[in-house]
Amino acid sequence: MSLFFIVALPFFGALLPGLMNAAGRSACAGVTFTVTLTAFIGLLTNLPSVLAGDVVMARVDWMPALGLNFTLMLDGLGFFFALLILGIGLLIIAYARQYLSRADHMGEFFTYLLLFQGAMVGIVLSDNVLLLLIFWELTSLSSFLLIGYWKHLPAGRQGARMALTVTGMGGLAMIGGMLILGQIVGSYDLSVILQNRDLIQADPLYLPALILILLGCFTKSAQFPFHFWLPHAMAAPTPVSAYLHSATMVKAGIFLMARMWPVLSGTTEWFVIVTTAGLITMVLGAVIALFKHDLKALLAFSTVSHLGLITMLLGTGTAFGAMAAVFHILNHATFKAALFMSAGIIDHEAHTRDIRRLGGLRTLMPVTFMIVSLAALSMAGIPLLNGFLSKEMMLEEANHTVLFNSPWLVPVLATIGSLFSAAYCFRLISHVFFGPVRDDYPAKPHDPGAGMWLPPALLIVPVVGIGVAPFLAEPFVKLVTAAVLGNAADMPSAHLKIWHGLVPALYMSIIAVVGGLAMLAIFKPALRLWEGTPRPEAKVIFEAIVEGAARLAQLLILPLHNGAFTRYAAVGTVTIVFAGYYAWTTGTLGAPTYAPQAVDPVLVSGWGMLVAATVGMVFLHRNRFLSLILMGIVGLMVSIGFVFFSAPDLAMTQFTVEVVTIILMLLALNFLPNRTPIESTVLRRLRDVAVAIAGGLASFALAYHYILRDPVAASISEFHLANSYKGGGGTNVVNVILVDFRGFDTFGEIIVLSIAALLIYALTETLLKGPVGAKLLNRKPDQLQAGGVHPMMMVVLTRGMMPVVMMVGFFIFLSGHNEPGGGFIAGLIVSIGVVMQYMASGFAWTSARLKYPYHGVIGAGVLVAGLTGIGSWFVAKPFLTSDFTYVRIPPFEKFELATAALFDVGVFLSVVGAVMLSLESFSRLARRAGTTESLHPMDIDPSRGDAASLSTMKEGV
Amino acid sequence: MELLIASAIGILTAAGIYLVLRLRTFPVILGISLLTYAVNVFLFTSGRVTVGAPPVLRDDITTYTDPLPQALVLTAIVISFGMTAVVVMIGLGAFLGSDDDHVDDRPALPDDGSEGTS
Repeated sequence: MSLFFIVALPFFGALLPGLMNAAGRSACAGVTFTVTLTAFIGLLTNLPSVLAGDVVMARVDWMPALGLNFTLMLDGLGFFFALLILGIGLLIIAYARQYLSRADHMGEFFTYLLLFQGAMVGIVLSDNVLLLLIFWELTSLSSFLLIGYWKHLPAGRQGARMALTVTGMGGLAMIGGMLILGQIVGSYDLSVILQNRDLIQADPLYLPALILILLGCFTKSAQFPFHFWLPHAMAAPTPVSAYLHSATMVKAGIFLMARMWPVLSGTTEWFVIVTTAGLITMVLGAVIALFKHDLKALLAFSTVSHLGLITMLLGTGTAFGAMAAVFHILNHATFKAALFMSAGIIDHEAHTRDIRRLGGLRTLMPVTFMIVSLAALSMAGIPLLNGFLSKEMMLEEANHTVLFNSPWLVPVLATIGSLFSAAYCFRLISHVFFGPVRDDYPAKPHDPGAGMWLPPALLIVPVVGIGVAPFLAEPFVKLVTAAVLGNAADMPSAHLKIWHGLVPALYMSIIAVVGGLAMLAIFKPALRLWEGTPRPEAKVIFEAIVEGAARLAQLLILPLHNGAFTRYAAVGTVTIVFAGYYAWTTGTLGAPTYAPQAVDPVLVSGWGMLVAATVGMVFLHRNRFLSLILMGIVGLMVSIGFVFFSAPDLAMTQFTVEVVTIILMLLALNFLPNRTPIESTVLRRLRDVAVAIAGGLASFALAYHYILRDPVAASISEFHLANSYKGGGGTNVVNVILVDFRGFDTFGEIIVLSIAALLIYALTETLLKGPVGAKLLNRKPDQLQAGGVHPMMMVVLTRGMMPVVMMVGFFIFLSGHNEPGGGFIAGLIVSIGVVMQYMASGFAWTSARLKYPYHGVIGAGVLVAGLTGIGSWFVAKPFLTSDFTYVRIPPFEKFELATAALFDVGVFLSVVGAVMLSLESFSRLARRAGTTESLHPMDIDPSRGDAASLSTMKEGV
Repeated sequence: MELLIASAIGILTAAGIYLVLRLRTFPVILGISLLTYAVNVFLFTSGRVTVGAPPVLRDDITTYTDPLPQALVLTAIVISFGMTAVVVMIGLGAFLGSDDDHVDDRPALPDDGSEGTS
């Protein structure tokens, strides 16, 4: 099966459990099992090529320019981990089916589990480091969901948060490290990176890259000093702990160290950092584990310790160390997953995981007893079980490792670690299963059904099998080791066997086991000593750090970001002015390339009106109605300015938009207070004046400077002028740019406009449906209302004007391509014509005569524009390529037909729809606010002569 | 002439900023509108200011003003209408919902959120 399918299957499969949830728990688990099984079989189909030593590749270029490609690779190492992930995954799914209670949402659980599984498989099969990072972060996220699966437990939520924080931060660090590696090598493909050992190790950035990557690995694999999150993650349901925290996720860091081993290992830095961290973790984890009373906490710290062991082995940088590491990964995954599942069984049956409340379970739960004993003895390193073999190899390797110039340090610490490891294994067996049968278990313990004990029992098969006949596993271990080593080191000649002769490792092993038994004998005084020793509590420290970071961030942000919009505006303005000032003073200022032009008296008067209106707005802004009128003057002056400076299209647009905006503001002002009260202090106003003057001066300086100089680079305008007629078939260059040269931009812009209108519509709907709508119903107008809301003169006038306006709009639209005009302006003009009908005859009357809803008009506009663009695909041209031709239908003059005109129809429709929908939404608010509705076009209609006509003469309340 | 245009931009900006710094929604919206004028005019002038040479091609004329900024500003004007309408709607909705048209978050009152229970 293609590697893509193996990775994709869990992700797509993650959709199924949620769907199957209603079909029952077995169906839900069954479908999850099937998905994983399919991926597992797919993986196995690749086994022959892996065994033959080939590297299976699958590649799809995604963003080659960024080096981000979807490249997958399957070699021995990847196969090994994928086998663990999918194989143990199968057992976990079967186990979880039995473990989860009826109250747990099973579909949700399996969805998360499959997401996690897919992300893990993605990590181990990625050939591209960027892709690997994506999957890496996905495991952090999905494990967060899994750890916090029991959302009602605070411990679960805190544990999930802590795991996400620690592994997420590590992931961020690792991104940095991987990017450095990619920069050094010039490729983000792992297969390329792995070939460049010398290049990477010689680079000055090797050390930062190493530290960053190791941060990612150490946080993920819970290495000291980041080991503290793993025990807290044990608040997760046991299947999660068994899966994530024994077999898979915590091994991701180990996997990456193994993957990167050929290029990163072998240097002093690698050796010192990795070996030391591993060694400390191994000893510390083992010591803490011995004194834990919660079964899962004990197992969690034992996992920490074993991960440290593997890390240390990888750190030594020798081929033998790597082989021992691979072998121990395999062994640890088998016995630890079995132990976790058994702990879950005990918890499930006895309703407690506290070792102090257990004991004597040997006769009550014989099957579980057998499983736990074999797994724990293997972990303790008892011969004929697989844990013994790899532990022996570890001690052998430790014996040859000289750290900090001391030949004793590593062997002694390794022996101490093994000693405590043996001790907690013995404690686990004796304190839980031996001793007298008690009568105060929270529930009567008994062996569970086969569905629950079979998965861990299956894992015991390799525990014993490999332990008795290690040569069976040897070819596979060597295959994986060869993949780890790459071409950086030669394959060790050593074989996996039980009896190596009377080597030092054997004596160390004996010391460890005997010492472990002795430690168990003096457990009680040792526990008292342990409990009497003060030691830092990682969770408290972690929370203090998080708290401190949050406080620091608040200290930094709150003064600037206190929820006051005005403050942001002021800070923003001042910052921009200073940035501009800095650029101004440090940049080079060219000489003016234009001489100032002569002043025209018309311009001066226009300028005077503009300035007067603007300044008037500042002083009179408290009178809101007046300031609207002044704004109208400003807009008008700007329009006239556009006319004056050869921009007829702009002038028409500005003018029509001005009309529509003022109407809109008036509609809003209908509800808002009429006056703005004086609230700010004089000081505050002075500050604002200062900020405003600074901003004004800055923009004045910039504008004046800019207007007299040529731009730095040549403008592309000449192209448009030269090609407008030849290429676009129009003489109005502005319009040709809009509908042809930059048609795609315009297309985007009408979509933005349409979204804005739909947003306004949606807001209105929300307001009307909510409490505001009810409030509006009872609203009393806060000022006198006009007696005749729809006066006859206005109705008659606007009715007569309507066809004229339509005609003007039509003309402006058609002439747009060659003369000033076009879809935007025509749309605005037609909108104003329609708005006049609303104003004159009222909302209800106009709406009743409306054939198409404005949403439809907007949609039609965008569709017409889009389809026009797509049309060019049919003649194998890019999107929105335009074409035009000239036709002559007698007796008319020759005229032009252009696809751009069709596009302009789309623009026209969108503008009409958007403007009308916005205004209509505002008036719907007004309509709700208790104004009388009339179905007649005018309030007083002499031809009607009914009482209703007269009654509405009374002011419309 | 350039001085007049640049000073108009400056005055529009200053007035716009001052109004944006006010405490109620309506003047802030007016201020944003003034800033919009300023920005549009500034963009427009980036194509030089020319009198009497509109970018409409004629047979016997060879000098035209720069059409590109005009096309940009044209769509900017229409879009700014859409944005103004959205902002006005948000401001209006906030006022109708809370009878308060301040733009700043008010400091939380002790009885905040217990509306209707006291």
